[in-house]
Amino acid sequence: MTEFNLDAHIPDGPLAEKWDHHKFSVKLVNPSNRRKFRVIVVGSGLAGASAAATLGELGFEVTMITFHDTPRRAHSIAAQGGINAAKNYRNDGDSIYRLFYDTVKGGDFRSREANVHRLAQVSVNIIDQCVAQGVPFAREYGGLLDNRSFGGAQVSRTFYARGQTGQQLLLGAYQALLRQIHLGTVTLYRRTEMLDVVINDGRAVGVVTRDLITGDVVSHAGHAVVLATGGYGNVFYLSTNAKNSNASAIWRAHRRGALMANPCFTQIHPTCIPASDDFQSKLTLMSESLRNDGRIWVPREFGDQRSPDQIPEGERDYFLERRYPAFGNLVPRDVASRAAKREVDAERGVGPLKNGVYLDLSEAINRLGRDVIEERYGNLIQMYERITGEDPYRVPMRIYPAVHYAMGGLWVDYNLQTTVPGLYALGEANFSDHGANRLGASALMQGLADGYFVLPATIGDYLAPLLGTDPLPTNHQAFLDAEAEVSERVGALLGVNGSHSVDYFHRELGKVLWENCGMARSRETLEKALTEIPTLRDEFHKDVRVLGDGESLNQSLEKAGRVEDFLEFGELLCRDALHREESCGGHFRLEHQTEDGEALRDDEHFAYAAAWEYTGDNARPALHKEPLEFESVHLAQRSYK
Amino acid sequence: MKITLTVWRQSGPNARGGFETHHVDDVSPDMSFLELFDILNEALIADGKEPIAFDHDCREGICGSCSMMINGRAHGPERGTATCQLHMRKFQDGAHITVEPWRAAAFPIIKDLCVDRTAFDRIIEAGGYISAPTGSAPDGNLILVPKAVSDTAMDAAACIGCGACVAACPNGAAQLFTAAKVQHLNLLPQGQPERWERVVNMVTEMERWFGSCTLHGECEVACPKDISIDFIALMNRDFIKAQFKQRRLTGQHA
Repeated sequence: MTEFNLDAHIPDGPLAEKWDHHKFSVKLVNPSNRRKFRVIVVGSGLAGASAAATLGELGFEVTMITFHDTPRRAHSIAAQGGINAAKNYRNDGDSIYRLFYDTVKGGDFRSREANVHRLAQVSVNIIDQCVAQGVPFAREYGGLLDNRSFGGAQVSRTFYARGQTGQQLLLGAYQALLRQIHLGTVTLYRRTEMLDVVINDGRAVGVVTRDLITGDVVSHAGHAVVLATGGYGNVFYLSTNAKNSNASAIWRAHRRGALMANPCFTQIHPTCIPASDDFQSKLTLMSESLRNDGRIWVPREFGDQRSPDQIPEGERDYFLERRYPAFGNLVPRDVASRAAKREVDAERGVGPLKNGVYLDLSEAINRLGRDVIEERYGNLIQMYERITGEDPYRVPMRIYPAVHYAMGGLWVDYNLQTTVPGLYALGEANFSDHGANRLGASALMQGLADGYFVLPATIGDYLAPLLGTDPLPTNHQAFLDAEAEVSERVGALLGVNGSHSVDYFHRELGKVLWENCGMARSRETLEKALTEIPTLRDEFHKDVRVLGDGESLNQSLEKAGRVEDFLEFGELLCRDALHREESCGGHFRLEHQTEDGEALRDDEHFAYAAAWEYTGDNARPALHKEPLEFESVHLAQRSYK
Repeated sequence: MKITLTVWRQSGPNARGGFETHHVDDVSPDMSFLELFDILNEALIADGKEPIAFDHDCREGICGSCSMMINGRAHGPERGTATCQLHMRKFQDGAHITVEPWRAAAFPIIKDLCVDRTAFDRIIEAGGYISAPTGSAPDGNLILVPKAVSDTAMDAAACIGCGACVAACPNGAAQLFTAAKVQHLNLLPQGQPERWERVVNMVTEMERWFGSCTLHGECEVACPKDISIDFIALMNRDFIKAQFKQRRLTGQHA
């Protein structure tokens, strides 16, 4: 175990002034020197694309690596509902402090105050930036920006572009990125997957990638490496993440010395379309924004077989409105998910598999008219109809919670630097802003805050002293060794030639995690998972079947590497969940709940970020703690009643 | 359901390809078209045969990765639907379905059903953006955008860049994609300063890669986002106007 100084480098001074002070105190690189620095950005979603575009605009030389065929395909594209900003355009009492407070409270007091306040501060700049880029946000008739509400807030601060906000924001960042590519500041490597981070003298000096079409394993050298590679939700196999989303980049960085923080903080989103059968390949999210106008209910009677339109008002239980009158259907995600689970577990679930609850738009359709609902949610309703064959304008939608977002990720300091100097993590890949539960419409905010405003302001502090040094040549032994390891790993996966496909192992891993480390966890289930996962991992290494070769496009081979990493990461996730003897946000330990079934935190013992150190294959990871200090917000049991 | 699939297989960009036929039993009507391919691929792997390569990612119709010609139609028989959103309940039991990659000279085949759509990015690089460096923006509400303008820009911006419009076009033209991208920005107040250069640069780049538009209208039918060919008319209007409006030319030597 290494001695880590988990210093988050939080600036001194009052909360509201920390970011300004910090921007003044960090070192800068002057405009004519910036082109002498090369920064490698991995991942082209909101965080990666915005960071690469902005660094390019500043004059740095940027290498952008994405496994997609074009940067615009990154999974940020699928975000639906909106992006928060403390503009207070609605005159409903919003402020930077309120967005900060809602986010810390929504995260169940497990995030870092200074980071969250900065996030709320720059949220207003993000909207301005995106409008200037031509993001077609929804408008009022007078031409001003429109807003709607999201869970965990009593104000309307969410900006949106129909149900395609993530798509429009990503296209804005992607277009800015392509402008820089055109100007020659950014070099793009497409269909190229990062398979290792290269460390020399304790600093990140580059990455090793594999060209997914030719199989070529090559090195890229830079003065700094930025990982914006998204979250690890697919460790559960079934999630709302895109099929190719994976944890390999952050896991490889972890194996090279970057600490992994709070991996057990996974978000289960309450409104997804329930699974229909074993062939199901992924789960589809129905935006939280539907909870603005949709009412969630189940039949009062156990095992009620009637179709929903036959169930009179008095025999329906609007359980969120009943349990949480103040926030109603707009309670935070973790609270809504657990409430739905409780109803389904009590056998009041609906649908052919009894695995859902109703989300009913009929009251809103009667009140506002079908046109208004169509304008607000048309594409979501169409998506639902395509998947289920049912028409939500006539029949209530069926929804159930599903794995959606990873609050945990690589530990980063206030500058977004990991414990490896020169290695940064942005967006969902880091852990810092959402604590134990993320509020809706805050992921887009964080990705763009990190990429447009935070990293470009902080990376100079690391780069400036490196002025006059060249990136390490890629024929340096550190690169050659890493390339050899990558090639050996690829060869090993192809060489097993066992009897089960990669997907088989991924599904099995997903089942173990969902059953034992899903919406509810206990010492017993977690210990069970911790014996099952290593067994499955051994079986994978002995019995996986990856056909084809490594010299051409081979999607099974790509998946095999990602699942191999998930089989290691999943164990850490369970270990973290086992060690955290409290319930908070998305981490719900059955042993720790209040009398009415709410999450029961233990601030005395667990008000810290758990940062895990990799200590070798099959070795126990070492735990380091970053205490969380709350100077502005009073720690309290969350109440949405 | 029982389904017979005739699928294009091609081991690499320069390899000779051909059709291969497979039978899949126990198909559920609730299965998506890509899940049918998942099942077929699992069966192929079990038989020791290489699975079929196809692009896919979000599986909810927004990333634009999936790209299958299904019985000769881009994204299959249902309008306004990407391949990943197409479900087997739209087919008859016992159906024989032919699946090919996008067919267009500008989209060379990489393997099986995967094609290279880099040419789309080249069009965006040529001018598909508003130059607004980070940090330089005024308050969002200083720029008023009439709701109708914003809504129409959003209709165009809904394009997912899948390439179905090109694949469906008998000429392999990319007018619908380019028009959607041009008009999303050209309609908005923020897009005005670069409006005329944008349309000229993007159309010029488009013509380097793609065929010519003869207004067949196949693109609109194939588009999974129902983008209207009205945008092509708007783009053509802007392109012609641009010939007179290149303000930088005023007062310059010939």
